[in-house]
Amino acid sequence: MREGIRRFAVSGFIRSLLACLALAVAPAALAATELTVYTAYENDDLKAYKAAFEKANPDITLNWVRDSTGVVTAKLIAEKENPRADVVWGLAVTSLLVLEDMDLLAPYAPKGLEKLSPKFRDPANPPKWLGNSGWICAIIFNEAEAKKKNAPKPATWKDLANPAYKGQVVMSHPASSGTGFMYVSAWLQLYGEAEGWKFMDALHQNVARYMHSGSAPAAVAAKGEYLIGLGFDVRGSRLKEEGAPIDVIMPKDGLGWDMNAMAIIKGTKKAEAARRLMDWGVTEEANRLYGSTRAIAAIPGFAKPLAHLDKNMDERIMKQDFAWAAKNRARILAEWEKRYGSKADPQKK
Amino acid sequence: MSSAPLPAPAASAVDFSALRMKGLTLAIAAFLVLGLAVPLALMVVKSLQDARGRFVGLANYALYFSSAAPMESIANTLVIGVASTAVTIPLAFLYAYGIHRSCMPLQGLFRGIALIPLLTPSLLFALSLVQLFGNQGILKDLLMGQSIYGPIGIVIGMTFAHFPHTFIVISTALGLADRRHFEAAESLGTSRLRVFLTITLPAAKYGLTSASSVSFMLSITDFGIPKVIGGNFNVLATDIYKEVVGQQNFEMGSVVSVLLLAAAALTFLFTRLVQRRQVAMMSGRAVPYEPAPRRAFDTAVFLACAAIALCIVGVLAVAVASSFIKFWPYNLGLTLKHYNFDLAAGGGWQAYRNSLTLATCTAVAGTIIVFLGAYLVEKSRDLPRVRQLIQALAVTPMAVPGLVLGLAYIFFFNKPGNPLGVLYGSMTILVLVTIIHYYSVTHFTMLTALKQVDPDFESVSDSLQTPRYRTLWRVTVPLTMTAILDVSVYYFLAAMTTVSAVVFLYSTHTSLASVAVLNMDDAGEFAQAIAMAVVISGTCVAARVLHYLLTRGLHRRTQAWRAP
Repeated sequence: MREGIRRFAVSGFIRSLLACLALAVAPAALAATELTVYTAYENDDLKAYKAAFEKANPDITLNWVRDSTGVVTAKLIAEKENPRADVVWGLAVTSLLVLEDMDLLAPYAPKGLEKLSPKFRDPANPPKWLGNSGWICAIIFNEAEAKKKNAPKPATWKDLANPAYKGQVVMSHPASSGTGFMYVSAWLQLYGEAEGWKFMDALHQNVARYMHSGSAPAAVAAKGEYLIGLGFDVRGSRLKEEGAPIDVIMPKDGLGWDMNAMAIIKGTKKAEAARRLMDWGVTEEANRLYGSTRAIAAIPGFAKPLAHLDKNMDERIMKQDFAWAAKNRARILAEWEKRYGSKADPQKK
Repeated sequence: MSSAPLPAPAASAVDFSALRMKGLTLAIAAFLVLGLAVPLALMVVKSLQDARGRFVGLANYALYFSSAAPMESIANTLVIGVASTAVTIPLAFLYAYGIHRSCMPLQGLFRGIALIPLLTPSLLFALSLVQLFGNQGILKDLLMGQSIYGPIGIVIGMTFAHFPHTFIVISTALGLADRRHFEAAESLGTSRLRVFLTITLPAAKYGLTSASSVSFMLSITDFGIPKVIGGNFNVLATDIYKEVVGQQNFEMGSVVSVLLLAAAALTFLFTRLVQRRQVAMMSGRAVPYEPAPRRAFDTAVFLACAAIALCIVGVLAVAVASSFIKFWPYNLGLTLKHYNFDLAAGGGWQAYRNSLTLATCTAVAGTIIVFLGAYLVEKSRDLPRVRQLIQALAVTPMAVPGLVLGLAYIFFFNKPGNPLGVLYGSMTILVLVTIIHYYSVTHFTMLTALKQVDPDFESVSDSLQTPRYRTLWRVTVPLTMTAILDVSVYYFLAAMTTVSAVVFLYSTHTSLASVAVLNMDDAGEFAQAIAMAVVISGTCVAARVLHYLLTRGLHRRTQAWRAP
């Protein structure tokens, strides 16, 4: 009996070990035309994009590797000696500019390129990246909490410096999240550097936390943890749809924005299929899909306004110099850390 | 053992067995060198290079220390490490003491509750603390105006999350005691306090110091909890996140990682200094300790343990409840919609199945490797240098944030020309990184248990010319079966809930449920993140029950010697 149990245990151990090895070593079943696509698009978007592309290109299958913008970018850079991705589709253009600077992108001019708004393409010819859709810096304002606190509603960025909001504003940490950096870079471009920093000095007095996630400030403002969260339009619209007592304010003094873009990774062994994905990515059909969930699409007029939000975003977004932001990022972040990074706890009374 | 053929001449059997031991020692050492030392060495090299891979010496370090922020982060990190250890260790000790040394009722239940935090992604505690003590929290007033976002929240969150890790180590130390010592003390009329101070504590010294360094290192390297609840309280682990994920600056990320490694190395040396070699508590003649009922003492211990257990269960219950609420705090209607993972990040059911595969493989392979490693360190006398190397490498992972380990793996396994590159993107690399990432706690647990097995067994078997592996299989394994089971469960649960090390290493075909939790939390979808974490926890609970049922027979047989 004793031997029986022991032998059973041993053979069970060995069997499960073998099963593990078999599972682990078995190479992933790879079809001839599987494209590995790195992305930071939302999951519900991915399903629609994949279905539409594969319907138009039945001989190509897309394999998404989805993560947050920072992780996808870090992964692409870490893999640069031996790239694993074929295409990156749906990454912030500021990240793609970092990749471009490291010479990780392969240029390609797809058919139909000329239909894209000039803001949405790399000025180089052939371009190294192409924009798909954009999202806009907004103020998520919790009206239920405002009523309790009797706080006024902001209409411009500068209103956020009002001492009435002390300890009531949350935004993304610009060193942790591309979203946070987008706000900082937009303010610096909108007001000029000197005035931009002055505004942030005042804003800093009201900021309760610089959060490490790009989407969290909007979410915590919607839940009333704080009165005001700085977050993107799409997120605000969805939170309001879910029943959050918020107003999504598009400040009058200027709208910063960022762009989802796509590019071929240099060194891909599936260049032909990758180009076909780029071709499809600029079609009207694709733009209609981009526009169904975003306030701006690469082909002007293809975006539907988001629920609960202002219209005509194509016209209202500010002129933004992404290349300037990418080039000056290290300097801006160092300045930011110097001003607000150390002992950054303005909440202390 | 009728199935194992015995080599005929006994003398050559000993030689053969010694040869085998040497081979095994080298194999374990190679495993740790390739899985840990080489990737980390690449990381250190990275910290001496610029973004283009040119050698720049200590320039990155100089740049890092050129502002005031790093000193603040270092100080904050140490404060968090010391504070959360100072809170966790006494609680875990009290709890383990109640379970092993008193006759309080419901010991099995208490043991189960202590391990619950292992069943959940640690983010769940941080999220739950926000629900309880955040600006909209129901218990906000308990903080008396202090904010949960900062050191207070971090320490509370870590106490919950690291409780089971320290509990397992201390529990292993308290689980084995020689009744004869206590009987001798009693017959001499020694006071209870004196017995505690002169018998119980010294016997648990190794376990306590191990548990303290486990807690300290877990606290200084944890990144999830400070990220969610840390507010503006910077620690080194979140600094790494800022550099790597926020700015894709691997060189600076490496600099901060090297600093953390140094802190951990110092902790290790300090522990070694304080820790004299553990006296074997279970000699061949030992009689297992059986606590006698003492009503007042048992009641007091019971109440204390119940309070701790209630806190753990309560905090989790709040999280679970909030996953069913439509839109907290404005719409308190009940819903299941947060459990619809169709639209969630991370690949739905396939990710979940992948997590199961990862957990099973890690539990099986990890337990075997950890047991052999600890056994060789403690019991073998061959190749002392190699065994020292194994011991040194075994404690290192504690000091390596998962994020850093994952990145180091990319640098190493994705290096062009590395024959191990075939592992990249496979399930094997996830198993490997998970075994390595959690190697320290399992190694300490195994080592603590093995230290309590009298080395006389080995000397006797040597003098009887019994091969070592027979003694190992017939004496050592059964004696340490509790720890072996603890280690395998620990690995399974860790693999189900792990995030930071695997986040850079999973591929399309190996997406994981635990990563989905992180992604949803990062996207601000707190309710969905909690819901997914609840699904993972449910699986872990089921796995634990299954594991218990499957191994109960085996366990009973191997622990029969404990019965009087």
